[in-house]
Amino acid sequence: MDKSGEAYWKATLGLLTKILLVWFLVSFGAGILFVDLFNKIHLGGYPLGFWFAQQGSIYVFVALIFIYAKKMNDIDRKFDVHED
Amino acid sequence: MDLQTTIYLVVGLSFSLYIGIAFWARAGSTSEFYVAGGGVGPRINGMATAADWMSAASFISMAGLISNMGYGGGLFLMGWTGGYVLLALLLAPYLRKFGKFTVPQFIGDRFYSKSASTVAVLCLLTASLTYVIGQMTGVGVAFSRFLGVSSETGIYVGMGIVFMYAVMGGMKGITYTQVAQYVVLIFAYTVPAIFISMHLTGNPIPQLGLGSNLVGSDVSLLQKLDSIVVDLGFGQYTTTTAGSTLNMFVYTLSLMIGTAGLPHVIMRFFTVPTVKDARSSAGWALVFIAILYTTAPAVAGMAKMNLLRTITPGVVTQNTDVYAADSAIEYAHRPDWMQRWEKTGLLKFEDKNGDGRIQYYNDKTTNEVAKAKADAAGWKGNELTVNADIIVLANPEIALLPNWVIALVAAGGLAAALSTAAGLLLAISSAISHDLVKGVFNPNISEKGELMAGKVAMAVSIVVAGYLGLNPPGFAAGTVALAFGIAASSLFPAIMMGIFSKKMNKEGAIAGMLAGLSITLFYVFAHKGIFFIKGTDFLPMIGGANSFFGITPEAFGAVGALVNFIVAFTVDRFTPEPPEHIQHLVEAVRTPRGAKAVDGAH
Repeated sequence: MDKSGEAYWKATLGLLTKILLVWFLVSFGAGILFVDLFNKIHLGGYPLGFWFAQQGSIYVFVALIFIYAKKMNDIDRKFDVHED
Repeated sequence: MDLQTTIYLVVGLSFSLYIGIAFWARAGSTSEFYVAGGGVGPRINGMATAADWMSAASFISMAGLISNMGYGGGLFLMGWTGGYVLLALLLAPYLRKFGKFTVPQFIGDRFYSKSASTVAVLCLLTASLTYVIGQMTGVGVAFSRFLGVSSETGIYVGMGIVFMYAVMGGMKGITYTQVAQYVVLIFAYTVPAIFISMHLTGNPIPQLGLGSNLVGSDVSLLQKLDSIVVDLGFGQYTTTTAGSTLNMFVYTLSLMIGTAGLPHVIMRFFTVPTVKDARSSAGWALVFIAILYTTAPAVAGMAKMNLLRTITPGVVTQNTDVYAADSAIEYAHRPDWMQRWEKTGLLKFEDKNGDGRIQYYNDKTTNEVAKAKADAAGWKGNELTVNADIIVLANPEIALLPNWVIALVAAGGLAAALSTAAGLLLAISSAISHDLVKGVFNPNISEKGELMAGKVAMAVSIVVAGYLGLNPPGFAAGTVALAFGIAASSLFPAIMMGIFSKKMNKEGAIAGMLAGLSITLFYVFAHKGIFFIKGTDFLPMIGGANSFFGITPEAFGAVGALVNFIVAFTVDRFTPEPPEHIQHLVEAVRTPRGAKAVDGAH
């Protein structure tokens, strides 16, 4: 792989790491490991940890995929590897 | 119009829609048959993926399970949606760039080995077949309950419908029918939920209703639900976890990895025109799935609430003491829906203390206060058992909704089962016709011949699935664990390493797949019997049930995946590097430019 190819892949992996970190924090973090801590806070009638496990993480997942798609398109253009 | 006629009408209308679409979208080439000609836009593909993914289990069973499990049920919600993030980031765009028809073909080409692709075909067939049996059984159950025909007739009708549009239209027919099926199933799921949420909390949006106060009170729905179930000796609804925190963690992870590795879901991303579309299409799929998945916890919590106040009418609004002598309803005065569901055997009442009233509580509770209250009230054990599967189906009846809503739920349940069955059958038939017939036995087969082989394979799979649906091998329920375990422990890691590691060689990949698969099978079979044959389980050998850190067999897929990765990288270190052209192939797969239309050339 040439120089720009390596830089492109590095940028891609950097983006993936950031997105997966958030993915992990909202579901496994707020929804499972630290659920008791989050349950001390309330969101309307929802204990927050419960909300993350049954609602919140799903909304964040959706947002994450669209953010990824958008950022990835930007990276494609920056390194001139986009389609058409 | 009476209930039965309304159901016939609504289900009949939905079926004629599916068949009409099938005639319109006939497949004329292998490309149309396997990947709908590669021209499906990201939103349409997302909607079809959502219908493909949401099975009878999502539609019928999930909310019921959450209703019983409370907070712990969140593992299904997070697991079955979080997998799409993995799919979008780690697999879908790269497999689309690779540009071939099937998953085993990627594994075979990337690991330059027929054995690797054959192992992948085996994994795919086992995972998809076990999954499809459950769908056919679901079709039979839904038909028999709603149309008043026998379960067998239901399965035959279901086979006929799937045959029409799947064999004729292949991926093209399936994709457009799935769009219609998505619309039917999502209306069927959300309409009753909106009515019920409105009724209980005054908020028409179920996702907000679950976090709102009850109508005419300043207590939130969840708080009230917590206090009633604790009073009855159950675990608190909002905090009861599934087993242990570790088990919940691993279970969620297994479902996520399994979701991302299921071939019938991955395949859907071969149908979009570009790599860019593959990325956003995963997002659209999750949007459409999330509409149902964020409604499900509301359905679960509210159904529990409605059930509790059916049994003790004043418990929600007047704070009636559930243990008072005259607070539970008399069996003779139970509502009509209970009588209807008693006939199916899914709802049972046994008057243990002979007082003619229904007592519903946790008679095995460790909560001393609840135990003392129950003893003082002269209760002799729980008298009502409610099968989790009826929660969604009976929900509109419990909430006394109009007939057309009940009919819509019937059509929705059937749409969910049929759409998933069709997607699975396509994955099975393409593995047989493309990876086995064309890839291994007869590489010189003409396109016309392959298309015919695909259609024949599809027809045979429908008959096999129907037969197994009629004669479920007694393990249908337990095998979903197996399907996810296989997808998580063998297919997902192999594909991922094929993309993210340039140096991973065929020895590593094959050893990894086999190791991940065997350890998962070993743990599942130890609990459920070798190939699910009763009496062949060998729990003492592994030190009792859930002996591996308290992890249940359903949750073991993530451990299998970990073993797969470790074995693959170890073997890889001691065996030769993959050839130069394979490393170039990986580089090409990683960049979007130059993505071609998907084709089947080997």
